[in-house]
Amino acid sequence: MSLIELVTRAKETGDYQPMIEAIPYARFLGISLDNSSGEMLGKLSFADHLVGNPVLPALHGGTIGALLESTAIFQLMWEAESVILPKTINVTIEYLRSGRPVDTFAHGVITKQGRRVASVRVEAWQEDRTRPIATAHAHFLIRPADE
Amino acid sequence: MADKHDDPEQRAQHIERLDQGFAQAVPHNRALGLRFVDYDKGVARILLPYAAHLVGNPESGVLHGGAITATMDATCGAAVFLRLGAPTPIATLDLRIDYLKPATPPKDVVCRAECYKVTSNVAFVRALAFHDDDEDDPIASAAGTFIIFRKGGKSAMQGQKAVP
Repeated sequence: MSLIELVTRAKETGDYQPMIEAIPYARFLGISLDNSSGEMLGKLSFADHLVGNPVLPALHGGTIGALLESTAIFQLMWEAESVILPKTINVTIEYLRSGRPVDTFAHGVITKQGRRVASVRVEAWQEDRTRPIATAHAHFLIRPADE
Repeated sequence: MADKHDDPEQRAQHIERLDQGFAQAVPHNRALGLRFVDYDKGVARILLPYAAHLVGNPESGVLHGGAITATMDATCGAAVFLRLGAPTPIATLDLRIDYLKPATPPKDVVCRAECYKVTSNVAFVRALAFHDDDEDDPIASAAGTFIIFRKGGKSAMQGQKAVP
């Protein structure tokens, strides 16, 4: 199944897991999606290979960045009326606290959706949502899948 | 200091030590397959080998932006260490990545980061990612700031990144 077909299927069924499974890097990191609460949450399941500082230990900043960016992309695809494949223009990540060796969650809010560009603000947290470990703001080029 | 390693053999040994400290001793860097390839004062060059498990688009085989982000973050941190010249704990404050063009599969990606300014508390870094030596046609650029936890100084952040 092509990526477009996977995205189309995911939008129809509300089950994004087969689409995520088709992305090798998402599988490698252990990213999944949870929309059981009616809110789309990205999840990074903790694993030893995500550690960036073995002394603390703490998650590698890059893995948190990848979760934030992926969650923003999923949010855009989730909310878009048609099937789109967002392309990241840029992302600015602010690291607020060190990521402990536990599961990390993220949620994205679309701050602006234009015809060609969308902006998304994303926040990542661990046990306590009121204490985010990182936030990001990202811009995406959005284009319909048939273009 | 790093820039005193003019002897090729000493230089190779130093690169090997940096590779151990930054690439092999850090679990996620090892998982990415990162290799420390070169250094200068305040400059780090790290290679991200192309690998199937790092692909973001299974149809094109293009690497996921996250793998580039992680490599940029690691290289920027290494550049700060090479500028400071002594083991000092640091933590990333922020990192901005501009994606300039998709990486070409199955080419490796090289990241060159330069720590161009340090103050008593903060280090400023810029970086480019590119193929081969093609710095004029970059895949991504980055700008980052790092907080430096100097001895005796107060920690503004809870988390610290121990730099080897």
